[in-house]
Amino acid sequence: MANYTEDELAEELKNQEYKFGFVSDIDTDTIPIGLNEDIVRLISSKKEEPEWLLDYRLNALSLWSTMKEPSWAHVKYKKPDFQAIAYYSAPKQTKKYESWDDVDPEMKATMTKLGISMLEQQRLTGVAVDFVMDSVSVATSFKEKLGELGIIFCSFSDAVQNHPDLVKKYMGSVIPTQDNYYAALNAAVFTDGSFCYIPKGVRCPMELSTYFRINAGGTGQFERTLVIADEGSYVSYLEGCTAPQRDENQLHAAVVELIALDNAEIKYSTVQNWYPGDKNGLGGIFNFVTKRGICEKNAKISWTQVETGSAVTWKYPSCILKGDNSVGEFYSVAVTNNYQQADTGTKMIHLGKNTKSTIISKGISAGKSQNSYRGLVQIHKNAHNARNFSQCDSLLMSSECGAHTFPYIECKNSSAKIEHEATTSKIGEDQLFYCKQRGISEEKAIGLIVNGYCKEVLNQLPMEFAVEAQKLLTISLEGSVG
Amino acid sequence: MITIKDLHASINGKAILKGLTLNVNAGEVHAIMGPNGAGKSTLASILAGREEYEITAGEIDFNGEDLLDLSVEERAREGLFLAFQYPVEIPGVSNVNFLRTAINEIRDHKGEKAMSAKEFMALVRDKSALVELDSKLASRSVNEGFSGGEKKRNEIFQMAMLNPKLAILDETDSGLDIDALRIVANGVNQLKTNENATIIITHYQRLLDYIIPDFVHVLYDGKIVKSGRKELALELEEKGYDWIKNNAAN
Repeated sequence: MANYTEDELAEELKNQEYKFGFVSDIDTDTIPIGLNEDIVRLISSKKEEPEWLLDYRLNALSLWSTMKEPSWAHVKYKKPDFQAIAYYSAPKQTKKYESWDDVDPEMKATMTKLGISMLEQQRLTGVAVDFVMDSVSVATSFKEKLGELGIIFCSFSDAVQNHPDLVKKYMGSVIPTQDNYYAALNAAVFTDGSFCYIPKGVRCPMELSTYFRINAGGTGQFERTLVIADEGSYVSYLEGCTAPQRDENQLHAAVVELIALDNAEIKYSTVQNWYPGDKNGLGGIFNFVTKRGICEKNAKISWTQVETGSAVTWKYPSCILKGDNSVGEFYSVAVTNNYQQADTGTKMIHLGKNTKSTIISKGISAGKSQNSYRGLVQIHKNAHNARNFSQCDSLLMSSECGAHTFPYIECKNSSAKIEHEATTSKIGEDQLFYCKQRGISEEKAIGLIVNGYCKEVLNQLPMEFAVEAQKLLTISLEGSVG
Repeated sequence: MITIKDLHASINGKAILKGLTLNVNAGEVHAIMGPNGAGKSTLASILAGREEYEITAGEIDFNGEDLLDLSVEERAREGLFLAFQYPVEIPGVSNVNFLRTAINEIRDHKGEKAMSAKEFMALVRDKSALVELDSKLASRSVNEGFSGGEKKRNEIFQMAMLNPKLAILDETDSGLDIDALRIVANGVNQLKTNENATIIITHYQRLLDYIIPDFVHVLYDGKIVKSGRKELALELEEKGYDWIKNNAAN
């Protein structure tokens, strides 16, 4: 965060509209709209998948068709017409990318606009990046270097082809197909995503990062991410998301599964900036995502999310603390402005002894938006000495927005310690006045105050992304005090 | 420096200032004293630019500019500083980050380039020593968890960092023990030059034992009813505000 200067912020503020709203002119191979067995077979055949995976998809489709879309979240939206979506769209390519040079120049230009120059990234920051455009993964950097350590970091499709045993063993092991409506939908139609395996005792030497981009219109994005940290290993993983500005609502229904085996640690950070819709609530992404991790003995999973985008967000990155002494953490900043709606939080399921979880949630609502924290802390009967600390703060920026907190606690073991703190505050006129009296403009003052409010969460992000997140927060809240 | 002419102001329709006139020149220290409810803090708020107050008549000239035409931040950038009676806490924002932002906004306003990190940190060391502020406080969140005395010292530290032309100290002595009072006063005295001016707003005389004012004014019922040299403060202390009230009533 130290590298970040006020000048950079000022530069960002000049361009305060959603700056990732462009569309790249890339030929795509898009299949007909609609969802049925033939479509699922078509996706599977396009991806040249093995029989077991096709069966997995077909089973998911039949389960999904018996399920109902959930309605318990504190969000209102027009239900998507699942038959009006194209479930597969891929940038056309004549051959598989063997090297960076094979990548379409327009695609490279897109990445540059998004601020992810692969070459720069490779040289300067040492972050390995996987880039997923619409339904397929187009480029993964640093493969060789990671390969030397036995780390597998590739697209989900590659993993299906090259590491079928790992995929077969772990896919759906944390989030079963029938888990929920969107998870089942994803299992039927998922097209790509990222896969990562860290071998025993290996500490991944760099951040692994996936950049998700929805480009084509009339499509949805359904990706799967699977991260497996074998015994005693460590990995820090980051995902970023953007989409073009469109009047239609596009659906993003992802599934992310994390597996932390004994003594392993996974740090998973998200900066979600899907297109949020315009000032009047037109368009924007429906972000219905299922994320969950499982911790074996002494393992640790830490989720950090900065959510500024999407018209509607429905997501609860969770931890199953199965092994004794395992640790789960959830750090979240969710910003809603204009007509955005977010219902987000976490579930901490304590099964093992001496398991520990921490929840820090910071909601910021502005405009006419609705922002809800929904969390579950569940202590099972064998989870002796389980501990949880939850802190849920809400900051209101206007008089027309809403902040809601729905904390659920279920405790079946009397040795557990559960603490919950919650605050709601309105951004102080006094704080703003104080800043302005020192010569600081209102916009910068809001930036300072909001970033200060979120500091505990932002501090959890890797440096480069903390800076990006800080800027995003300020831009998302431009002119929103009232 | 600043000339206030026949200032009338009200809040929610209630008149608070009723024709206040005051002239402060560079190099001068003015003390404004008065009983509770006389309009002392209202004056400070209006000078800083709080929007709740309605100016119904009068004018304020600040170094040749119409102060009432300037926004809160423009006034600050032009060199007007208010040491708050109740300094505000800003959780998660470090004092240094806050001040660095402020200094660079002011510099930008003057067309100067941003201060380097090295120069800035040297300034922090230098100025925090002036008010005997622990350097740890400089890196802590703005006023968060500070004691009353630390908050007031932090205000003077900020004043030293920003080097204003006109500083208004609003009840800076309230809630200070004698040691803190001495430190704060010492800081203010050291910052005094022929180029700047200070307005001290206070209820009690005791701060004026440490900061010697050139002029003392008594504010009562929205007007300055009596002005004099430093001896006026002592007289006021001795006779109490009833003396002024009775005089005004007659």
